[in-house]
Amino acid sequence: MSVSRHAAMPSGPIPTYDEGAEFMGKARNKLVKSKTKAAKKVKKKRSVTKKVEPKLVKATKKPAEETSAKKNVPHHSTAEEMASRQREISVAEFFTKNRHLLGFDNPRKALLTTIKEGVDNSLDACEEAGILPEVKVVIAPGKEEDRFIVTIEDNGPGILKKQIPKIFAKLLYGSKFHRLKMSRGQQGIGISAAGMYGQLTTGKPISIISKTSRNKPAHHYDLEIDTKRNEPRIIVDETVDWPIERGTKVEIELEAKFQKGRQSVEEYLEQTAIANPHVLLRFLTPDGETKTYARASKELPVETKEIKPHPFGVELGVLIKMLHDTKARTLQSFLHSEFSRVSSSVARAICEKAKVSERSRPTRIARQEADNLFKAINQTKIMNPRTDCLSPIGEELIQAGLKKQIEADFYTSVTRPPSVYRGNPFQIEAGLAYGGSLPAEGLARVLRYANRVPLLYQQSACAMTRSVLNTAWRNYALSQSAGALPSGPLVIIIHMASVWVPFTSESKEAVAHYPEIIKEVRLALQECGRRLAVFIRRRRKAAESQRKKDYIQQYIPHIAIALREMLELSERQETTIVKQLTDLLERSHS
Amino acid sequence: MSKLAAQIKDTAASVRTKIQRRSKPTLAFPLRSLSNVNYHPKQGFFQLKGKKKVRTLTVGTVKTFAQTLRMMSQAKTLVEDDEIMTKREAYYVSKNWQDARFDEQPESDTVIDDIEALFQVNREQLGFIPEEKGGEVAGKLVVIDRDSETGKELHIDCTKFGSGAYSIPISIEHLKFETKAKFVLAIETAGMFQRLVKHNYWRKANCILISMGGVPTRACRRFIRRLADELKLPVYAFVDCDPYGMFNIYRTLKVGSGNAAHINRYFCVPKASFLGVTPQDIIDYKLPTHPLKEVDIKRARDALKNDPFVQHYKPWQDSIRQLLEMGVRAEQQAFAVHDLNYVIEHYLPEKLAATKKFLP
Repeated sequence: MSVSRHAAMPSGPIPTYDEGAEFMGKARNKLVKSKTKAAKKVKKKRSVTKKVEPKLVKATKKPAEETSAKKNVPHHSTAEEMASRQREISVAEFFTKNRHLLGFDNPRKALLTTIKEGVDNSLDACEEAGILPEVKVVIAPGKEEDRFIVTIEDNGPGILKKQIPKIFAKLLYGSKFHRLKMSRGQQGIGISAAGMYGQLTTGKPISIISKTSRNKPAHHYDLEIDTKRNEPRIIVDETVDWPIERGTKVEIELEAKFQKGRQSVEEYLEQTAIANPHVLLRFLTPDGETKTYARASKELPVETKEIKPHPFGVELGVLIKMLHDTKARTLQSFLHSEFSRVSSSVARAICEKAKVSERSRPTRIARQEADNLFKAINQTKIMNPRTDCLSPIGEELIQAGLKKQIEADFYTSVTRPPSVYRGNPFQIEAGLAYGGSLPAEGLARVLRYANRVPLLYQQSACAMTRSVLNTAWRNYALSQSAGALPSGPLVIIIHMASVWVPFTSESKEAVAHYPEIIKEVRLALQECGRRLAVFIRRRRKAAESQRKKDYIQQYIPHIAIALREMLELSERQETTIVKQLTDLLERSHS
Repeated sequence: MSKLAAQIKDTAASVRTKIQRRSKPTLAFPLRSLSNVNYHPKQGFFQLKGKKKVRTLTVGTVKTFAQTLRMMSQAKTLVEDDEIMTKREAYYVSKNWQDARFDEQPESDTVIDDIEALFQVNREQLGFIPEEKGGEVAGKLVVIDRDSETGKELHIDCTKFGSGAYSIPISIEHLKFETKAKFVLAIETAGMFQRLVKHNYWRKANCILISMGGVPTRACRRFIRRLADELKLPVYAFVDCDPYGMFNIYRTLKVGSGNAAHINRYFCVPKASFLGVTPQDIIDYKLPTHPLKEVDIKRARDALKNDPFVQHYKPWQDSIRQLLEMGVRAEQQAFAVHDLNYVIEHYLPEKLAATKKFLP
């Protein structure tokens, strides 16, 4: 509870960025990443946290505790001595030391994470601006071995000149933290972290060109991040000629390793293409190969609505912070206005249960009776949250995506009705591709997505995988060993859309095992499985009757030959016998 | 057209008629197993009870059905041309039938046996002959055969083969016989036969010695049958004391087999009786033994339960029970334990002194 995600938010020192409506996608990305970092910091650097985030209620007592703990150490320090050693650590410095937390564990993963951040940002930006995305990814070999220059270019709305430095060279830049809205931005870290990684491993700045409209010039920046101050340092700032209508191009040189196969850039792009059939992706590999993932649909995803948090999804720390920050004067109006599904009467009921007056001031409650209020909320019956804030891919488009990238004989997909886990609305979709060019031997391939973003790592730790394993695929005419994935020429795709995807860890690679989620995935898979079984059984039956037909055709002529020989028949009579026998046997079922 | 060829043609015509009437053609074969035979001592051989196996043309049977008809057509040609074909040759001829060919000879043998049963004839009459050797003969018998080129009669004296023997041909219906022997001794093993031939036992006992070499072939059974019928000779079987010797060899010799029940009337020797070795002989002659194998015990119990011949003769049931109780078996060559020629000097003379006591 002490590191509850919202409570730990360093809301104070983070500048706000509200005017950048055309680039909300990026802003959102920052929000998510800031959560992770802040939480880590609270855990590991308590004494520092206090100074960076003075508003943090839980942290206020920490220095005293630490001082007493240190008294057991042989060399005793005074509070003053310790104070002299205590200094601010910038988030940028922190992450320089802990880059594995951001998905930059090794050169191979660093390359993937960089591209993933860039592409996800581009897609979010395009979709918010209502533009059909066209994204080009180029990986070019650098001058030195193990170095690559990654370029991600989109046809998005572009970024205002003055925002570029902060977006690309300052960590934890954003302000829309409290909004609950389905978006890609849960991948862990923004493009600025990728830029920082590049800077760290090659010493080269991140380069950005952006153009917001045909009539305006394009801006080119080369930026470094001042890791101590977490502030952008501008190396180049110029206006350039860029013969496109609008868009953004990001270039980062970094130490990396280019590989094919599993968990590769290519796999990420392919899976992105499947779940985002409205996207046109181009990929130029270091070997000079060009890959195009064509667009299969011109339909943009439905713009998602922002919702207020549901009382059941809020933790104590968050509740306290909300009580502090609210503009509402009474507790009843606070509950009614800050949460979804809390009517005045429900608010009154909560207050009664908590034994506090509905007219009490929220800030007072925050200090004294938040605990009771929290318990009361969880004991009150409250309607499930609205679910129209979700934008699933849709059954048709899942199939379109699968058909585009996977050549199979059978496709099916299911979009479940929305459901709720711990106060958060979510929606599960599943799809299958079977047969065709898929390898007949070996286990099925599972493609997992959270808010349209492919999850490539930690398959076995994911709730979606658990559901696949727990589904009895043998009922659906597939073979499956105990505790294993089904085997056969099969690709399983699962998508979870939610305003808040519960990842198991900061690495954001596996979905946590909530029973509601596991159940919804299972129901979706079962429906897909039933349809697949119909297909497989029908095909087997057809093959069976063809085999029967072939078998009959093989031997009937011999019966006719024998009868012609014994009865001295003519060839015409022999042909008649063949015809009559064929009719006779094909009609029969045995 | 011969009667048999006409029969084949009729069957083919009935198949065609069914097809023309859009109903599934069938072929009805007598069921060839012990469960479909009964035994009457008056006739003296296993007879079919009339259970039939009807093979209807379906998807599952279309291959066998086609093969049976093609083999029938082959038989008709053989009969019409007065030609013969070994079972092995029939198997090779089927290699011309593309998809309907036989992969292994046992498959074609079964189809031939089916056709044989279908027309209630023996396969030799259909023109199919076996590869197997018929058995060997030594002793006081003159076989009158014909030279296949000149047609002249050949008198073959079976006493004149020295340490060798006369081979029973595959087809024996044309043979004639002359003899002054008192009985026929049918012997299971070639080894015992050799010993008796070497010491000219036939001269001493005034008999005909025949080596069956395991279960007697049809030709061998038919040969012995004709000796028994036409020369009015008693036939004594001398086999190992085990269920195989008693029921596979002796019983087949005497009353025929379940599998070939449709032709038993020609191929068995109802007058045969069992000289030995009996379970009692093991005790009386103190023969060295081997324990009964599991397959022996199973065979013995099976005979008690299912064999109409055993069920008809109490002495046989007693002997089997005695054997099962003793839990041992003895080979006919076990007499060598006393002396190499003990069997000639003691055992056979002593047994032949009381032929009435032989097991039926």
